Parts: sequence; structure tokens; C-alpha cells
Amino acid sequence: MAGLDLLSDQGYRVDGRRAGELRKIQARMGVFAQADGSAYIEQGNTKALAVVYGPHEIRGSRARALPDRALVNCQYSSATFSTGERKRRPHGDRKSCEMGLQLRQTFEAAILTQLHPRSQIDIYVQVLQADGGTYAACVNAATLAVLDAGIPMRDFVCACSAGFVDGTALADLSHVEEAAGGPQLALALLPASGQIALLEMDARLHEDHLERVLEAAARAARDVHTLLDHVVRQHVCEASLLLGD
Amino acid sequence: MLKSKTFLKKTRAGGVMKIVREHYLRDDIGCGATGCAACGRAHEGPALELQPQDPASSLCPRPHYLLPDTNVLLHQIVIAWRPGTWASVASSLRPPGSLETYVEQEQGENANDRNDRAIRVAAKWYNEHLKKMSAENQLEVIFITNDRKNKEKAIEEGIPAFTCEEYIKSLTANPELIDRLACLSEEGNEIESGKVIFSEHLPLSKLQQGIKSGTYLQGTFRASRENYLEATVWVHGDAEENKEIILQGLKNLNRAIHEDIVAVELFPKSQWVAPSSVVLHDEGQDEDDVEKEEERETILKTAVNEKMLKPTGRVVGIIKRNWRPYCGMLSKSDIKESRRHLFTPADKRIPRIRIETRQASALEGRRIIVAIDGWPRNSRYPNGHFVKNLGDAGDKETETEVLLLEHDVPHQPFSQAVLSFLPKMPWSITEKDMKYREDLRHLCVCSVDPPGCTDIDDALHCRELENGNLEVGVHIADVSHFIRPGNALDQESARRGTTVYLCEKRIDMVPELLSSNLCSLRCNVDRLAFSCIWEMSHNAEILKTRFTKSVINSKASLTYAEAQMRIDSATINDDTTTSLRGLNKLAKILKKQRIEKGALTLSSPEVRFHMDSETHDPIDLQTKELRETNSMVEEFMLLANISVAKKIHEEFSEHALLRKHPAPPPSNYEILVKAAKSKNLEIRTDTAKSLADSLDQAESPTFPYLNTLLRILATRCMMQAVYFCSGMDNDFHHYGLASPIYTHFTSPIRRYADVIVHRLLAVAIGADSTYPELTDKHKLADLCKNLNFRHKMAQYAQRASVAFHTQLFFKSKGIVSEEGYILFVRKNAIVVLIPKYGLEGTVFFEEKDKPKPWLVYDDEIPSLKIEDTVFHIFDKVKVRIMLDSSNLQHQKIRMSLVEPQIPGISTDISNMDINEPERKKKKLQK
Repeated sequence: MAGLDLLSDQGYRVDGRRAGELRKIQARMGVFAQADGSAYIEQGNTKALAVVYGPHEIRGSRARALPDRALVNCQYSSATFSTGERKRRPHGDRKSCEMGLQLRQTFEAAILTQLHPRSQIDIYVQVLQADGGTYAACVNAATLAVLDAGIPMRDFVCACSAGFVDGTALADLSHVEEAAGGPQLALALLPASGQIALLEMDARLHEDHLERVLEAAARAARDVHTLLDHVVRQHVCEASLLLGD
Repeated sequence: MLKSKTFLKKTRAGGVMKIVREHYLRDDIGCGATGCAACGRAHEGPALELQPQDPASSLCPRPHYLLPDTNVLLHQIVIAWRPGTWASVASSLRPPGSLETYVEQEQGENANDRNDRAIRVAAKWYNEHLKKMSAENQLEVIFITNDRKNKEKAIEEGIPAFTCEEYIKSLTANPELIDRLACLSEEGNEIESGKVIFSEHLPLSKLQQGIKSGTYLQGTFRASRENYLEATVWVHGDAEENKEIILQGLKNLNRAIHEDIVAVELFPKSQWVAPSSVVLHDEGQDEDDVEKEEERETILKTAVNEKMLKPTGRVVGIIKRNWRPYCGMLSKSDIKESRRHLFTPADKRIPRIRIETRQASALEGRRIIVAIDGWPRNSRYPNGHFVKNLGDAGDKETETEVLLLEHDVPHQPFSQAVLSFLPKMPWSITEKDMKYREDLRHLCVCSVDPPGCTDIDDALHCRELENGNLEVGVHIADVSHFIRPGNALDQESARRGTTVYLCEKRIDMVPELLSSNLCSLRCNVDRLAFSCIWEMSHNAEILKTRFTKSVINSKASLTYAEAQMRIDSATINDDTTTSLRGLNKLAKILKKQRIEKGALTLSSPEVRFHMDSETHDPIDLQTKELRETNSMVEEFMLLANISVAKKIHEEFSEHALLRKHPAPPPSNYEILVKAAKSKNLEIRTDTAKSLADSLDQAESPTFPYLNTLLRILATRCMMQAVYFCSGMDNDFHHYGLASPIYTHFTSPIRRYADVIVHRLLAVAIGADSTYPELTDKHKLADLCKNLNFRHKMAQYAQRASVAFHTQLFFKSKGIVSEEGYILFVRKNAIVVLIPKYGLEGTVFFEEKDKPKPWLVYDDEIPSLKIEDTVFHIFDKVKVRIMLDSSNLQHQKIRMSLVEPQIPGISTDISNMDINEPERKKKKLQK
């Protein structure tokens, strides 16, 4: 990416944000009536849809049932039209499988699975448009969907990505910033306790910098929490109004 | 926290990809004025003064800020830079994407127009904003643009706007600023004769297309020092063929200037030429002598055999200009009261520049700096403007300044920020310092250096161990203890890269307190060191290698001569001397081993000036003497460097800073082989070993100096040794030292590379912690690039300094005759080396106003036949040396032939009278 400064001298990023600022987040809960829980989220241009079924009986092989807790089954897919170049397969490729696994780890840590032994919870996430930070958007959408389904959780799971450019940690990377090839960190946080549900990074970063990048991601995740909390409260408000009628 | 306000999409279609990007417009960007209450929010960076101190301008009497448009800012930056004159330049254009000043591109509007409009909107916003802010101050923003349409539109919209020229002329306090104005005004160019000399440069888009399709080649333009009508272009990329393209003739050079990145079109093979060996300098004063040029160009083209032809081409366009301000002198125009003059840069590769100034008489005889503004198609020379006056030419201070500037050597005193990171005096070693250190104060360490050396960065010791083996230690000043990564001191040293040694001056890489005191391993004081300690057998086999940070206390600081004396004298038998003898013995074995492996011993004529202690004028000069002790110290330094290189590469295979010396391509040796052949000697160049051996055997009983001459020539065939990052390269070999791996560890006071190597080694042995930049191979590669550049420049500056002092020396000495040897034979000249002074000069055989002698040049041998005398390479000649000060800018040593005598060419000493040099002067001044 020659000639493109990810961070200007004045401290602005390509899209006009400052280093620690998030993109605009908009979310809605309960978008589908058939599912037990569903949510839709927009983080800038990244758009994701999450649907939750369960807890219900184990489908398929009974042998998979866990005696002491619920099985969390996650499936990730991204729409063929989600990226600039059209994708061939919407799901089932390596990246999707890995993402599904990560989501599963994240939510096994957050959902109180021991309340529903020998049952299954399905979380399906689909990315409609990808513009960086797909994992974070998926986690945030899924959190809302799980809440919508009324499945008990320890806390919200809020995720955000962070990168590192020219000695500064950037929160919530957009596609342009991701494509530049620097280190990128994905963090899923349980904001109340500050516990980390998932932390992933796949590029080299000096350990001196890790602290700062982590800090930036955590702060951004807390900001996400404030927003999601607001969305949930509003949704509950609306729902109770409807029930009251 | 979250401040995303309006949100819009930018769509950019390229190919089939559709990219959608967000753009957040902000509402929290302040105007930048210090006292502004409306936007008093946190504002970083320099603020605008509330009360701009303006030079009185007759056009706008009220206090004002200036808002230059981009073109003005780009071209007139030199004026803006000068502190004090334009204190109120509001060059901080509002950062893009502010809510109030955002301008969307309209249909049918191109990007430039949109930007112009954006600047106008910004100016308008500023004016309204400032009005709100302070009624009594009456601040105003003045829009400066050179674009006529833009200005008209601005005035229409009610923004006060002027062109740059109007504004500068209105400044009553600083009339001399007009000279500095880059002359870009269109009217100026129309006065020129309408005749178009050069073909048009193609636009960048066409060039890129051409380069992609292979019709054009991209490369760096390198003008020739010796011939202003010739240049080479080094083509970028890996293609083996057409690496170097020759350009000949003014039209083919097409206004490219040294170091520019250009696009070149290759000619068909039938038009290829050979590099001419003619020496030509641009001396004409007239502007219209284009025909003459053509005549000259024909001189270049001579019948040569097919083999010599090289790819030839012409410049079709410039990809990137690499102009910088140039040092040089004014050649005053012959026409009285003319304001246009030619400026001759000190660097011969830069063409002369036409400038406009009213102070020509004041600038005559001074060294000045000039910047190039442009080179129109109908002008023989580029246009430029005056920047700075350095001082009188010939003055020692000025000349030193010039050579430092020309070689881009950072030589300003260290800033306060840098000095603040120095340790506080009085300094002593604390407990904390000792944590990872070994106490080696009991060892009998001593240093051996040239006389007068104050930055001692290495010391040695040698002692016998109980098991009969020898312990040898090399102790290097622990500079990395004082220069911590990332601070201002570190950054400044990294920028300087190396200490530059001029004849009478040293330009330090680190502040004096470190270089000559705390880091200098002086005797009888405790100093921090980084030690490399070997256990060796008596046959100099390395049994064990160990690195440690340490504290040492040197017992003696010796000069090479003193150390030699101690080793030689039978009566002295103290610890230091025994240690030296042990070292000397081992060094001899090491050297033998190294030479057996094929290390080269090369030679270059080095001289040292004896300076007058008061005037600092050179009184005498002598060639550097080499003693056994020199090679003793060198041997152990090499060993330490190699050991360290192995260690850091082992530990950090991806980001070790190493030094390599590539083997030269066989063609480089051609001249050496030919020269040796002419003396019936054979030089084999297939490997370094065979080269070293054949150089050793190349002796002539009747001509003892021949061997040295051959070694000097061999040195010229070599490639430059360079620093590199091990992760970015896979060829580590050091050709000259015949070592598979090498680095620099032993001189951290004067080379920054060593500081990095110290840090790497410290991490490797666990004595220090790593930091991010150290393990980033791209950052390291960038650093290597800078270091290589600085080293090259330092070398050139040193040579230039020696040349200048040689001139001073001959100025005081008058005319002398000396014996010398022919080093190269050219088409119309011979290059002569005078061993006594280490001086190299050119003897020309073609002079203006003299009948041309009959010259026959044979490239194969190579030899030059003049009348009846034939000159071969290495022939002994006698030349007369004198200082030619006819050209103040390039005072040079002039050599003319005395022996062998050729009638009409060589100078006859017997009837040479005092007036003769005077006569010559006049001739040259024409």
C-alpha cells in the first residue's frame, strides 16, 4: 500500500477517526420471529446477522451430548457478496471453520452452559458485508442474539479488534487498515469482570507493544459494551411496551 | 467518546472491484489560533500566534495570517523556511474532513479544481471564524495563490487574495526576499528565445504505461563528472542485460539532473555508442551556442569496435526529481546591470543554473546556495533562485562548510534535547551498572591508537592461563550503555551514522562528553566496556569464545610507535609489554592464516598533514607509515568482529546487522589485468585467493613500486562493502577479508552500526533487554541504507578535505616538479599518481588555443601515442605541479608534463619564467 498513510501526522486515520475511536455501531435485536433469538449489527460497513436456537435436545448423534453442560454449536458463514470480490463458497471453507471454532470457544466461556446439561445451543452467524473486524462484529451480534434468546450468560461478550501502526495502537480496524498487513489483535472481553474470553493475534509484535495494543482493544470493547447495553435496554423497553398493550 | 457524525460513502471503481470506504467528518478540529475561545479544545502541535508579527506590507496593513495554496507552498518553501521573516505563515491547512469545510467533488469538476475550491472554502471559514473570535484584533487571512483563475474566484467570494509575487513585493521591510522568490512566473519564460531545444517530457501516466510494457526503462540518472554531455542511467530491477544505459548529447539527456529518477527509451542497436573517454567541461557563457554543442557532441562519437558499444538511449520523461539546494559560485554575467547570472555548482555533475538577483556584485567571489525551480524546454540551463550566502570562497571555514553541505554531512552542534540524555557529571560507576558486568579491572589492559587520538574505543589484553593456554581479550567501549534506544541522543547518532574525520576537524557522531571522555578507554580510569574474550592455544587456535559486559581499567594508552618500541626493546619487561608481545605473536599467526584463506592486502596512497598549530595550515605532509602494531590491533579487531558476527547471527538469524563485501564482477578487473600484462605479469582474478597470490608474486626487480601500484589499481576494482540485515539477504560473504560472515563491533564511538551490534550482542548474552525496533528487520534494513549512505558520504567528504588541504599546501609551496606514475590512460589525457604526496592528477594534452597534437589512443593495451611518444600505464613521468586558481570555484592542482619531453606539449623547466602561470590564467578565464 504505497503512499497511503494509515495514520496522518495530525493523528487521524484514513477514514477520519482518531486512534482509539470506534466506527459507528448500529444494532437491532429480534429481527427474526422463527428463531429463539436473533440480532443484526452494523459496525461501520461491516454487517453481520446472528441467529440462536436452543437450548434444545441434541440433534444427530446422541453421543455428542455432554453430561454436565450444554453443547455450544457455532456456524459461521459469510455471504458471497460480502467482499469486494465475489466469494465462491458461502461456508465450509477453512476460514469459516476456524471462525466457527473461535466463536464456540468464546461463547462456551460466556454462556452458563452447566444450567442445561445434555442439551445443545446453536449459534449461526452470517456476515453480509465485510469491512474489517468480522470476528468482532460476529461476537457482538451473537451476544445480542443469545440475550434475545434469553439464554443465561455470565456477562455480555464484547469484542473488538486492534492494530498497531507507527508506534500507535489503533482500535477497530477497517478493511483498509487490515489489508496493510500490520499486526492485528482480536479480543473478546467480559466487560464487568474484565476477563478475557478469547484473544488472538497472528502476526509478529514486540512484547513491549503488546500491553498497549491490548489496552486499546480492551477500552474499545468496553465502549462496545456501553452501546450494546443501550441497545438491549431499548429493546427490552420496546418489548415490554408491546406486552403491556 | 464516539464522534462519528455525518457519514458518507466514497466509491472508487477500479477494475471490477467496488470499494466502499467510510469517511467520518469531525467537528472537533480547532482553528489553531492560540486565543480562540470557540475552539479552545485540546490542540496539539504548533499554534498560530494571536498577534502575528508581520513584516510591514503595503498591500494589507492589518495583522494577518497567510494561507498559501499547495503550489505556492511547494515551490516557495525556501522563503517560508527562513525563520523570522514569515513568522506568521499559516501553513497548517485545515486537516481534511472537518465538518464545516468539507467539499464534495461536483459533477464535471476535476480533482484540482475541487482542491482549489476547498482551500477557498477554508479561507472563507477562517475569515468568518476569526471575526467572531475577536472584534478588536481584526485578524485577517490572506489567501496566496499563483493561479490566476483561482485568485479571481477568491476575490469574487470576498476573500482577500494576492499572488505570491505581489505579496512579497509589498513587504517593505525585506526587499531582498524577492531574490529568493522562485521564478516561476510565466512572463519570465516568454522573454527567452522562442527556440525549443529539448523535446517534451512525457506525462507520468504515459511513462508508467511504457515502463510496464517494456518500451521505456526506469532508472537513476547519473551525470558524468568528466563529461557534461554524457551520463549513465542505472536501470532499476534485476534484469542482467541493459543494466547501465549510456546517454550522450544535450538533447538525449533532456534536462535530467544528477540523481533524478528518469524513464529512458533505448535506441536501436545501430545507434549505440561507446562511453567516450574524452574529458569535457561546460565552459561556454553564451546561451545560444546550441550549434556549438552539436559540434562538440560529434567529438564524442568516434569509431570504435563493436564490442565496446553499450546500450544507448534518451530520456523521455522524469519520474521523480531529486533536486536539492546546491552549493556553488556565481559567474557574473558580462552584461552590466543584468540581473540574470549563471551559477556554477561545486558538483560538476550538476549543470549550471540561471538565477536572477540584484546583488550580483555582493555575491561575486562568495560561496552561495541556489535551488533549482525548473527547466523550461527552450532554455539551455535550468532556472533557479538564490537561497543563502555561505561566505568567501577559499576561506577555510567556508570551504569546510561547503564540503560538509555538499556531502550531506550533518554537522550542526548537538541540540539541547540530545544533550539532555547525557549522563550527569561527575559520573561514576554505580552498583546498578555492575549488575550484569564482570570486574576486569585487575587485568593488564592497554590501548594502542594513532597519536592524538582522543576517542579510544578499543583496548586489548593477553595473559597466560594456568592450563598453559593464552587468554586474549578485546575490550570495546560500552557506548550502548550510555545511548539508550529511542531517545533523542540515539536518534541523532543514528542519523549521523558515523564520525567524519576531516583534515583539521572531527565531526562527532556522539557528543564530546561521550566520545572523548566517558566512552573513551583512557588509561588509569575505570571505564565500562564490552569484552570479547578468547582462550587460545599458542598456535592461535580459538578454544573458547566468551562475551561479557565488563569494567576495565586501562594501564596504558600507547601510540603505535610506542607500542612498537616496547615490543622491540629488550630491556622493558613489565606486564603491559609482555602482554603486547603475546598479542603480537598471535596476531602474526592469525594474519598468516587469514592470508592463506585468501584475504586481500590492498593499498591506497594515504597521506597525513602536519598542521601549523596556530593557523591550521598544512606545513608538510607524509604518507602514513604502517608498523607491525597497526596490523596487530587490526588483526584482533577483525577476529572480534567475526566472532561477534557469528554469535549475533546464531541468535538472531532474521535481524542481525552484518557487513558484506560482494565479489566484484570479472569485468571490473579488466583494467588491472591489462595493465599487468603490459608489464609482462599475470594477474589471476578468478578467486580472491588467486588474486591475492598473483598480487604477491607481481614483483619487478627494477621497479619496486610496481607492486604497490598494482594494489592501488586492484583497490579501485573492488565493490563497496555494505551493511545489511541478515533477514533481507542471503549472501553474507566478505570478499576482501575472505570471511563467510562479518560485522562491525569494535568502534561504537564513531560508527552507529557498532552500537546496534552491541545491543544485539547484549541481548544475546542476556545482559540487556530487547526493544521493538531491534527486532524489526524492515526498520533495520532502512537503518542500514542510511548508514551505507552516510559512510559513503563521509568517505567522499574526507577525500574532498584532503584535496582541499593539498591545494593549500601547494599554494604555499609554489610550483614543484615531481616524479610520478601513470595510473590510467585516457583518450586525451593521462592520470598521474605522485606517491610522495599521495596525489593524483590529470595531465591534459589538448588545450584550447594550442595546436592539437597528434593523439592516437589504443584501448586494448591501453596506451596513448602523442606525436612520437607512447604512454603506457605505469610509465614513470615527471610532472610539474602547481595550483591553478584561475577558477575560484574549482581551485585545482594542475599538472603538466615535464618528462619525457614532447615538443610543444611538455613544459620546459629551464626557460620557465614567473609570468607564465599568469599568462595561463588569462587564457583559462576566457
